Amino acid sequence: MEQFEIRKLWDLNFLGHDISFTNSSLMMIVALVLISGFMIYAMSARSLVPTRIQSLAEIVYEYVAGMVKENLGEEGMKFFPWVFTIFIFILVLNVIGLIPGNFTVTSHIIVTFALAAMVWLTATFIGFWKHGFGYLKLFVPSGVPFWLMPVIVPIELISYFIRPISHSVRLFANMMAGHTMLKVFAGFAVMLPWWGKIAPAGFMVAFTGLELLVAFLQALIFTVLTCIYLNDAVNMHH
Amino acid sequence: MFAGTTMLLAAAAEAAEKVAESGALPPESVGLPQLNTHHFAPQLFWLVLTFVTLLFVMWKIALPRVADVLEERRDRIKRDLDAASRLKGDTDKALADYEKALADARSNASGIAKDTREKLAAETETERHRVDDQIAAKLREADKRIAATKSKATSAIGDIATDTARAVVEKLIGQNVSSDDVKKVLRPVAGE
Repeated sequence: MEQFEIRKLWDLNFLGHDISFTNSSLMMIVALVLISGFMIYAMSARSLVPTRIQSLAEIVYEYVAGMVKENLGEEGMKFFPWVFTIFIFILVLNVIGLIPGNFTVTSHIIVTFALAAMVWLTATFIGFWKHGFGYLKLFVPSGVPFWLMPVIVPIELISYFIRPISHSVRLFANMMAGHTMLKVFAGFAVMLPWWGKIAPAGFMVAFTGLELLVAFLQALIFTVLTCIYLNDAVNMHH
Repeated sequence: MFAGTTMLLAAAAEAAEKVAESGALPPESVGLPQLNTHHFAPQLFWLVLTFVTLLFVMWKIALPRVADVLEERRDRIKRDLDAASRLKGDTDKALADYEKALADARSNASGIAKDTREKLAAETETERHRVDDQIAAKLREADKRIAATKSKATSAIGDIATDTARAVVEKLIGQNVSSDDVKKVLRPVAGE
């Protein structure tokens, strides 16, 4: 489990709170620098006919923009920078965590929970800000018989309040399970004699490919769910 | 995911066991590192810091540039398409003008041809009339001449017959006979 261990690289304190620079902080900074550098360098030419790297940046942009427009409509584009940041931050953190020896920031529940809580709080705030107490109608689905209400409303309430947990645990558990699996098979490969190494090593190669897919997919799922929760708040289509 | 979770629990148990066996690790690293609350504060601090910075950089710098380029490209394509459709319209108009001009020219030409044909036909007609008249006049003149010649010839035949008759009578009766008498006698014979 030492791959999930937080190591302090630089002890820092702020008004008695521990804000040490750790291997996790380092990976966050790396992601920040990589993403900013990529997006700014890719668009530096601003050419009408894009270069390869520019079209990569444009593809990511249009991919997320399409996701936002599909879920939130054209007016939802005001949330686009925020959704885009969530997507690319999680994606890059997931992918660079796959490089052997690197720390995976998103394999820590506190990080994914903080992100999910931010989404949930934002959605809830927007919901009440836009619809006032009318937002509570979200818990009373239309077209449900009256006598079912005592059952449906608590279910809706619980499912709403459990959102940040399911939202965060999904990403965290996928990242952690994938990395643990890789670790276990790497352990087999080390322990077995030379003739036995090939099977777990081959499995690891295949599984790393799968993990790359999972890294992308989980970033995507997290972002899509963010859009869906925001859509509930903005449009209240249930 | 279930397989993953099971694997995870097994690994966690293994790790805990190992820690318990060795007993050498500090108490805060017991169990999953993810559940060590001592590390929550620094992670949250750096997460907020990096996320907000990234959000700011994306929002204010990176994304507007992409949006600008995409919009410019969309505008450019739209402009080009508009220009193309305008040029196509111009071309269609020019083609229509050309075809109209061609049709006009064709109808003009046929009008001119018709006029010319009619004029030529009229000219031919008058010329023919003139020639016909001339021919008719010449014929009349010729007829007149023929008639004159004929009457002259007839009268000449009368004279010859008179002379011949007179000569024959002189020879027969041996005395002179006047031409008038002969004529007088011959007239009923000639049927005049």
